[in-house]
Amino acid sequence: MAESRSYKLPLPRTGGMSADFYRFCRQHELRFQRCTECGTWRHIPRDMCAKCGSFKWEWARSSGKGKLFSWTTATQPMMPQFADQVPYSPIIVELDEGVRLVTWLTGVKPDELKLGMPVEVAFDDVTPEVSLPKFRRAA
Amino acid sequence: MESLKDKACIVGVGESAFTRGSGKTELRLMLEASLAAINDAGLKPHDIDGIIGPPLGATAEHFAANLGIEDLRYATTVHMGGASPVVALQSAALAVACGIANHVLIPCGWNGYSSNPVRGGGARAETGERPMPAPNPLANTIGAYYLPYGATVPAQFYAWLATRHMQMYGTPFESMGAIAIVERKHAQLNEKAMMRERPLTIDDYLAARWVSYPFRLYDCCLETDAACAVIVSAAERAGDSAKRPVYISGVAEGHPYPADDIPARPDPFVIGLSFAAPKAFAMAGVAHKDIDFMEVYDCFTYVVMLQIEAMGFCKRGEVKDFVRGGRLELGGELPLNTHGGLLSEAHVWGTNHIVEAARQLRHECGARQVQDAEVGLVTGWGDFGDGGLAILRR
Repeated sequence: MAESRSYKLPLPRTGGMSADFYRFCRQHELRFQRCTECGTWRHIPRDMCAKCGSFKWEWARSSGKGKLFSWTTATQPMMPQFADQVPYSPIIVELDEGVRLVTWLTGVKPDELKLGMPVEVAFDDVTPEVSLPKFRRAA
Repeated sequence: MESLKDKACIVGVGESAFTRGSGKTELRLMLEASLAAINDAGLKPHDIDGIIGPPLGATAEHFAANLGIEDLRYATTVHMGGASPVVALQSAALAVACGIANHVLIPCGWNGYSSNPVRGGGARAETGERPMPAPNPLANTIGAYYLPYGATVPAQFYAWLATRHMQMYGTPFESMGAIAIVERKHAQLNEKAMMRERPLTIDDYLAARWVSYPFRLYDCCLETDAACAVIVSAAERAGDSAKRPVYISGVAEGHPYPADDIPARPDPFVIGLSFAAPKAFAMAGVAHKDIDFMEVYDCFTYVVMLQIEAMGFCKRGEVKDFVRGGRLELGGELPLNTHGGLLSEAHVWGTNHIVEAARQLRHECGARQVQDAEVGLVTGWGDFGDGGLAILRR
C-alpha cells in the first residue's frame, strides 16, 4: 500500500489474506474469516479452520462491538514515527464474535482504560487507500 | 518409549566478556565463548561434532569452519527466540543419546547493546549482513496487524499479558518489583554482572520512568554485547571431560497456541512452558519441592511471574504473594536467578542461565553458591511465549 505524504505512521504490510482483510476495512466493513463448515470465526486469517480442518471460509461481517481485553501504554516511542503519538495505547479488543484484534481506542485517556469496557469499531481513513479499524467507547 | 533422562550432560560452559560496545562481530563473540566452553570441558575444538547454531548472528557451518571441525555430524538451529538455547539442550540430548554426535556445541550471543540501530548497528560480519537463517513467522503478524498501532517490541507484547494479569488477579507493581530487586541483589555477588555495585530499592523501582505500561525501566532486561556457550555430551562420554558432569534429567519444549498471535489465544496465560513443564518434571522424576534453585528467563519481571505460575509452583493468580517474603533470595526456599539474570547480569538470550545453573551444580559459585545444590531448573522464553524447561542435576 502506498504511503501518503501527510500520514506519517506505518501502514499495514499486507499480502494475500491480510490484503483482503484491509480491503474490507477500506469499505468500512470489519470482516473476519468464518468457517463455512463449522461456523468458527478466526483472526488472524489462515488457510484452514483449526477446529474442523476445512479449507472453506467466508469473510463474515462482524458486529464491530466488543470489550477491552487488555492494553499497554507506550510512553516512549519504539519507532521514531510514533514520537508525536506518545503516550498511546495499543489495545486488544475481543469482538462479540469471539475474535480479538490489536487496535487503538480513540477518545479515551490511558488512565481511563478499564478491563471489559464496551467498545465499537470506528474506521479511520488514514490515507486515500487505507482505513484502519479503530474503536471508540460504546454505550 | 525410551526416555532422555540422564542420557546427556553439560560438560563445559563458557562466555565472552560482557560489555556495552564489544567492537567485535557477533560471530567473534560466540567463537570466544565457544572456545572457553571447549576449554572448560577439557576438549579440543575438533572433538566437537555437533553444533546447534544460534537463531541469528551465524550458522552452525560458520562455527565449524572457524573451529576446524571437518566432520560435522549434526547441525541444526532452534527458532524459538530466547527459548532457543534451553530447547537446544533437548535437541543436543537427542543427538548424543542416539549416537548421532558425541559432543554438541550450543553457542548464543549478540551485540545486544551496540547492534541497536540507535547506537550505529555495531560491528558487522564480513558480509555486512546479520545472517537470518529462517524467516520469522511473527513478522507477518506484526507487520499486518500490530505495526499500524505502534506495537512492535516485546516490551509491548508481553505488557498485554501483564496488564490482564494485574486486572484479573490484583497483581501489584510491588510483586514485579520484588523480582527486579532480588535479581539485583544476587548480581552484587557476581563479579561479571553488569549491574554489580548498583543496588536497587523498591523506591528506585517505583520512581523509574515508564517504558510501556505496566513496565517501568527496571522491569526490563539489560542490553548487552555478550555470548555464552554450552557443551552437551553423551553421559557415557562424560569421562572425556575435565569437570564434573551436570546431567540433563528432564527437558522439554512447548509452544503457545497459536504461537504467531498473542491476542488469539483462548487462554492468554497458557504459554509454551505450560506444555513443557509437566513433561520435563515427569522425565526427571522430580517434584517441585526437589528444586534447589531456578534460573528463569527474565526479559521482563512479569514474564518470570507468568512462568512460575505456568510451571505450577503456585496457582493462577497467587504468584503475587509467592514472589515476596524472601523465598526467591539466596538462602531462601527457591533462589531465583542466582547470577542476576537478564535483568542484572547480562542479556545473553538466557544462555547465561544455563551456564549459571551448571556452575551452581558443580558448586563453583563462591559467595552466591546455593548450599548443597543438587537439582536446579532453567527455563527459556522467546518470541510470543515459546518455552523450554531443563531440569539439571549434579
